[in-house]
Amino acid sequence: METLMAFVVGALFAASIYMMLRRSLVKLVIGLILLSNSANLLIFTVSGLERGLPPLIAPGETLPAGGWADPLPQALILTAIVIGFGVLAFAVVLIHRAYQVVKEDDLDKMRSTDT
Amino acid sequence: MLLAVLSGFILCALAPWLTRSFGERAGWLLALLPAALFVYFLTWVPAIADGESVIITYPWIPGLDVNLSFLVDGLSLLFALLISGIGTFIIIYAGGYLHGHEYLPRFYAIMFAFMASMLGLVVSDNIITLFVFWELTSITSYMLIGFNHEDKNARWYALQGLIVTVAGGLALLAGLVMLAVAAGGEYTLSGILAAEDMHAAPFFTGMLLAILFGTFTKSAQVPFHFWLPNAMAAPTPVSAFLHSATMVKAGVYLMARLNPAMAESDLWFYMLGIFGALTMLTGSVMALRSTGVKAILAYTTIMALGTLTMLIGIGTEGAIIAAMTFLLAHALYKAALFMLAGALDHETGTKDVTKMGGLRHVMPITFIAACVAALSLAGLPPLFGFIAKELMFEATLGARGGMAVFTATLAVLSAIMIVAMAAVFALRPFTGARKETPKTPHEAPPSMLAGPVVLAGLSLIFGLAGFIPAMAIVQPAVAAVFGAELSVELYLWHGINAPLMMSILAVILGLVLFWKWDTVLDGFKRLTFIDRFGAERGYERFMDAIVWVAEWQTRILQNGYMSNYLLVIVLTIVGLTGWTLLGHTDTPMPLALADVNLYEAVVAALVVAGAVFASVTRSRLGAVATLGIVGFGIALIYVLFSAPDLGTTQIMVETLTVILLVLVLFRLPEFINYSSAGTRVRDAAVALSLGGLMTLLILAVNDATVAEPISDTLVAWSEPEGHGRNIVNVILVDFRALDTLGEIFVIGLAAIGVYAMIRFRAEDKAQ
Repeated sequence: METLMAFVVGALFAASIYMMLRRSLVKLVIGLILLSNSANLLIFTVSGLERGLPPLIAPGETLPAGGWADPLPQALILTAIVIGFGVLAFAVVLIHRAYQVVKEDDLDKMRSTDT
Repeated sequence: MLLAVLSGFILCALAPWLTRSFGERAGWLLALLPAALFVYFLTWVPAIADGESVIITYPWIPGLDVNLSFLVDGLSLLFALLISGIGTFIIIYAGGYLHGHEYLPRFYAIMFAFMASMLGLVVSDNIITLFVFWELTSITSYMLIGFNHEDKNARWYALQGLIVTVAGGLALLAGLVMLAVAAGGEYTLSGILAAEDMHAAPFFTGMLLAILFGTFTKSAQVPFHFWLPNAMAAPTPVSAFLHSATMVKAGVYLMARLNPAMAESDLWFYMLGIFGALTMLTGSVMALRSTGVKAILAYTTIMALGTLTMLIGIGTEGAIIAAMTFLLAHALYKAALFMLAGALDHETGTKDVTKMGGLRHVMPITFIAACVAALSLAGLPPLFGFIAKELMFEATLGARGGMAVFTATLAVLSAIMIVAMAAVFALRPFTGARKETPKTPHEAPPSMLAGPVVLAGLSLIFGLAGFIPAMAIVQPAVAAVFGAELSVELYLWHGINAPLMMSILAVILGLVLFWKWDTVLDGFKRLTFIDRFGAERGYERFMDAIVWVAEWQTRILQNGYMSNYLLVIVLTIVGLTGWTLLGHTDTPMPLALADVNLYEAVVAALVVAGAVFASVTRSRLGAVATLGIVGFGIALIYVLFSAPDLGTTQIMVETLTVILLVLVLFRLPEFINYSSAGTRVRDAAVALSLGGLMTLLILAVNDATVAEPISDTLVAWSEPEGHGRNIVNVILVDFRALDTLGEIFVIGLAAIGVYAMIRFRAEDKAQ
């Protein structure tokens, strides 16, 4: 399964970089969303994929029954998802604001600080 | 010893306050510190003269074996005495020279910091401590050269001196570290000098060149000599101190210090011998074409530094004796001459010797002191400078490897010109008819005459009674530099021999040159190529080139185009990571697709299709909707592969994202393709290269485990220690709680930012 996921992650990265290289502000935002998703999925994949072994402990036990998927990358990704959303919200509002001020969507025309 | 080194820094902090409180007499009061230091170092003389060398160690960080250690032997004592002794007179002199100057308190503060750094430099045993003091002297001398900071030239020359010496300092640091490695991890000078097999180190040549780059820039050797005369922008007391006893001799000190460890190397011999001799000649020629009192002296200093470097390079017993004698003689006469030059400038208002004349009646003491010191500079009996020059001639004749003819010829040539310039300095301003000067001259105040008179007197006494300096300080210094015990005797009369003949020749031709000096000057004025192709022009070209490269790379790399930055970043990642990946993967990567269930393949295909569609569609709504498919598909993958928490988080965040995009993006313009088809193909290729790299990366690292993961411990602790059955949650709120706190902080900050931007928009509308 990791082999298939490797190609999925690769495709996501390629799509995100392609979008970020566009000159439109809106496409930049879409690229950002894809990029944070692909990074999360990358970490998730390289930590090893397990089917049906969530890191949960049944009542009265001290360890998950029958093995477990690695919980540490999951914790890291969870943090990353939430922070990614925070950054996204900020970026979206910032871009919206920038568009209102400069009336321009083309990044190549937003090169200097005094427009 | 620690107190002796640090007292200068302490007084540096107190000096401004003391100067304000004591006003007129502050110079005399402040001079008590260097005078006390001088006496302190004098008390070391008997022990050191007996051949002792003392290492004083203060534990600094005992646990790490870091110590503050000081080395007192003949060489460091000679320097310490010169610094504190001449320093005393300089401080007194500055009180007169800068009398009533607005920044006098500041001047004293920097001066004491400089003096303390220099003292620290010459007594340091640890080479890192030595380097720190070395750089401190560069920085404090920068402040001293640029002391008249309202003058544009002073600022420019101060920066020039700083850049040249600090560039050398950088190389020196590399050289010193290599030196320590070559000596087997030994960071003390005493340990390095005792180390064996240093020449066997594979990087010996690089190390030697790095150290020499540092010492050559500091000691103004060709082709780095140009900064030193420019440093004349400093007030005269600074010039006198920097050019006699200190700063510029730091490089000479280090070369002398390392000589026992390096002398076997042929590279050391030729580098020092050739560059030293060339510097000696360059200094003399440049002195000959100068008319400013300070410029003449500055160029003769370059001559002296070249001579010292050459003598250390020649490295025979006689050469080292000559070097140490010359060092002492030069310090004495040069400090005196500089102070006299300052007195002339101060009293007449001009620096040009051709504009002065007939001053012997109004400034008789200055005249006599100038004659004595200049005789020592010219190397005439019975002055100490004569002994030094005789020894120097003798040493150049003894150079090995066919260098004798070269060094001896250059030595005589330079001596001829120095005799002429000594005569110019001592006679031109004082004899002949009185000339009108911008200020009406009268004798300089006692504070400005004390130093020159005492130092010129010492030149005479040491010349007549050579055994005093020989036994007290020159012999132990020579022993330290030569690395072996020997006895030194200094006499005026050596009998009729080759050096004496060379001296007589130099004096006769020098006097002829003096007689014809005006003609020579006119001749030099026509030779403008020196200014056009000199080393200073090289420095200017180099600085221009740095600015040009900076502008060029800013234009290329930081041109303000977002896509340009991204391209650079992505291509760098692909290049470097790809290169490493290629180097580390020798087995073909296994492509295991047999374990994939159908529903998993469908989800994966949906995610990929969504991402591709979002990239190519021209509909905003379509893009947002397919983004949602990608996000929810990823959430499914999390759930399928044992991460239910990630799945639920992803679903919630994805929902919010879609809502946010729908709310905001539809206030933005339609998708427009700004870029050409060619650009799109280029971008697609770059994007695919990164995607491909990521795929390869995952395939390559899939089975690699470099260390035992800590996860199993976290799982085991979760229930007993964390009292939670959802291990991911326990990690987030317990084991890595600080991380989560940081996360909350980031989200809070983003929320404040979003709120502020929306708020301002409302206010804009209200206006």
